[in-house]
Amino acid sequence: MSYQIPKFRHPDLPVNELGYTKADYEGAISTLCAGCGHDSISGAIVKACHEMSLEPHKIAKLSGIGCSSKSPAYFLGKSHGFNSVHGRMPSVVTGAAMANRELLYLGISGDGDTASIGMGQFAHVIRRALNMVYIVMNNGCYGLTKGQDSATADAGSASKKGDPNPFAGIDLCSLALQMGATFVARSFSGDKTQLLPLIKAAISHRGFALIDVVSPCVTFNNNPGSTKSYEYVREHAEATGTVDFVPIMHEITTQYPPGTTQEVTMHDGSVLHLHKVSETLDPFDRVSAMTALEQHRNDGSILTGLIYLDKNSRDLHDMLQTSQRPLNQLDESDLCPGNKMLVNINASLR
Amino acid sequence: MKPTDIKNPEYFHKVVDCQYACPSHTPVPEYIRLIAARRYGDAYMVNWHSNVFPGILGRTCDRPCEPACRRVRVEEQPVAICRLKRVAADNKGDIRERLPAIPKKKNGKRIALIGAGPASLTVARDLAPLGYRIDIYDNQFAGGGMMRSQIPSFRLPIEVLDEEVNYILEMGVNSTFDVEVDSLRDILNKDYDAVFVGTGAPRGKGLNLPGLEDAREHVFLGIDWLASVAFEHTDRIGKRVLVLGGGNTAMDCCRTSRRLGGEEVRVVVRSPFEDMKASPWEKEDAMHEGIPIYNNHVPVEFVLEDGKLKGMTFEKVEAHYDDDGKRSLVPTGEDLVFMEADDVLMAIGQENAFPWIERDLGIEFDKWDMPVVDSTTFQSTNERVFFGGDAAFGPENIITAVAHGHQAAVSIDLFCRGEPVTERPPPQVNLISQKMGVHEWSYDNAVEMDKRYAVPLAPLAASLKNRKVEVELGFDVDTGYKEAERCLNCDVQTVFEEVRCIECDACVDVCPTDCISFVPNREEEDLRGRLMAPASNLAQDLYVSMDLPTGRVMVKDENVCLHCGLCAERCPTAAWDMQKFLYNVTKAGQ
Repeated sequence: MSYQIPKFRHPDLPVNELGYTKADYEGAISTLCAGCGHDSISGAIVKACHEMSLEPHKIAKLSGIGCSSKSPAYFLGKSHGFNSVHGRMPSVVTGAAMANRELLYLGISGDGDTASIGMGQFAHVIRRALNMVYIVMNNGCYGLTKGQDSATADAGSASKKGDPNPFAGIDLCSLALQMGATFVARSFSGDKTQLLPLIKAAISHRGFALIDVVSPCVTFNNNPGSTKSYEYVREHAEATGTVDFVPIMHEITTQYPPGTTQEVTMHDGSVLHLHKVSETLDPFDRVSAMTALEQHRNDGSILTGLIYLDKNSRDLHDMLQTSQRPLNQLDESDLCPGNKMLVNINASLR
Repeated sequence: MKPTDIKNPEYFHKVVDCQYACPSHTPVPEYIRLIAARRYGDAYMVNWHSNVFPGILGRTCDRPCEPACRRVRVEEQPVAICRLKRVAADNKGDIRERLPAIPKKKNGKRIALIGAGPASLTVARDLAPLGYRIDIYDNQFAGGGMMRSQIPSFRLPIEVLDEEVNYILEMGVNSTFDVEVDSLRDILNKDYDAVFVGTGAPRGKGLNLPGLEDAREHVFLGIDWLASVAFEHTDRIGKRVLVLGGGNTAMDCCRTSRRLGGEEVRVVVRSPFEDMKASPWEKEDAMHEGIPIYNNHVPVEFVLEDGKLKGMTFEKVEAHYDDDGKRSLVPTGEDLVFMEADDVLMAIGQENAFPWIERDLGIEFDKWDMPVVDSTTFQSTNERVFFGGDAAFGPENIITAVAHGHQAAVSIDLFCRGEPVTERPPPQVNLISQKMGVHEWSYDNAVEMDKRYAVPLAPLAASLKNRKVEVELGFDVDTGYKEAERCLNCDVQTVFEEVRCIECDACVDVCPTDCISFVPNREEEDLRGRLMAPASNLAQDLYVSMDLPTGRVMVKDENVCLHCGLCAERCPTAAWDMQKFLYNVTKAGQ
């Protein structure tokens, strides 16, 4: 058993605009089960942050409890991290984001942490439009406690030693749309080609961005009968279209035939190309997105890709008109307006 | 690309860079692991079977394995493979019990070996255990050939040489020393079933420059002078010595001169320093002993005063390279440089000479007066006569001579049994899983970050006083262990079984050196640019799987794989396995 990743790296690793290689965004060696989908998602996060030239110290990764919530130890080893109480990651992110809007908030959660114990927190953090990326590593079971069905397990899906699940699964994407999320996507840990641009787009989005990533539990939920196994998802996934992310200041090199692609400029200036988007979905229309999700669920297929994007999104800072500067940079003269101001305020109330 | 055929033994052989680069294909990682396990006798025997002279080579090998070491591609310095071999030899204990038994009843075949250098001794070592009667002839008083006459004792102590030469001579080999063979016809007339010529490249080249005639008393050919020192005919040299030439012989000449009274010893070479033929470490060793190397100096003439050698003049040049990399040395136009000298040693190369082979014996000679020898079978155009070592294709090195000897022995054995020599036996290959449990391997898969350890040296003053004091002290066992742990175990192969793969990407994510990619299949050139990291080292193969369920293929760039086993540890279905690949060149009679 290896406890460390060897320190040697490929001598020709690409360097980003900050002079960092991918290795600078890695974390400790994973202790998750071999083949866990969560590790692939970690790999995609590392790649996205490297390719976007994000400064590691300007990222905060926060999580709750569970296999998913262990995974922030395995990426972004030089970023801020907070492992919170089960299901309470959204509250901690809210506090942190209110105190300092300059960091990228990366929330990592699982289906138990989000759809069971943290359901209330999840609903309200969306409703408040917190500026964060919320990634659910969704394996449909409680892997850390031996694989019981979770609240996102589909009705009829059977895990390794269980009976078919009698309850309907919670669709986190539908719920997020219902609660007013302005960026909703679903992907699959086994499809980095799709996952990577979605993570980048979510990072560029201002407001609440959810990516629900189906991430097979190789130990307890990768068996025939499960609807979250590698094989089942590969057979039943239907992409809404191809997403191509072009970072700000980069030349657009990909050429698509005219009329097949929609271009979206994100808040930070980067550009999203939505290619071959399915005819039944308008990803900029919430009703269309909700209908598409429902239809695919009825058909027994898994809708993946970018599902909904509000191009004019606002976030909590905009709504509450919070301080532009982080609280730790405000000194006494900013925080204490002085006696004269107090007198004025008191006078206005008389 | 087509799926890689890993059943072809040469595919994985090539991944073991050190072993592949070794002319004798010694299983390097195998013996390094034995050294780490402090099983020195076992490590020695792995070497002995493959390269016959572990103690000698552990001190003197040209080490083609080291520049090939994969470590050079991820850090600066290769594993000290050569000096680890010496650790095995120094600590092996008594291994005589483990040498092959020599049958009392012979097979009735008689073989003559001309020259008792590394090539001939290797032939003897392979054929004596098979029951051949072997007669070996040499003009020196003992066996060893150039290892005895040209390698100075401060690099190779005589006891080490004698021990390993005697292991072979004591196999019932009938040796005739101090006799110059001056006619191959006479040997052939003795009705040997086969004759092997391993007489080396015994003739030193000289430079016929103005003044040579009058200076002759103080001008020597390098290899002849070294032999004369080794055989104790020469025990001193002038205070000021010029050594001409930039190869390993020149390095041995200058360092020997320092020990025989040379105080101002200088090496002068025509080429730039980087182009010198000497191994980098031999140049370092010479400079460590206070010997300056003057490069880009072409010798012009010997300068005499009153009929006595005063020194030499040199013309300064610059190296120019044309588009094909061909070098020309262009004079800079500066004044000639004069260097004082009492004695001059010329070590500018050596060549073969076969005045003793009659030209009517059916042995064809080419336009360079070299025998025509088959590069696989080492047979000459007289089917009874085989060549090997420097005698076959010109000056090389000990390990190449050993490789020739093994192959010539295979040919001689086939020939004596009436079988075609062209039908070569395939290598002996073994591929075994190293899995001991979940995430547990029978080899030490952790990758050590230690820098290469330096071999300790005897104090300079003491070693310069006596040419028999060995300069290098060798690694002690603890340092030997640490150096052995630097080995990346490149023979433990990453073997991929596509039917088990579920394409979860775990191996891709964990691989520290980004060797593994899952991509749509393309032609090789195109594919090399589409991987996780560019596969720009074209000398290293891509390992390509059959098509996977998603239509992609697994492509592994072998170039900087650390053989750490993390891909196999993180694989949920054991599609990756770490399997030890043991490759042995098949020897005569096996």
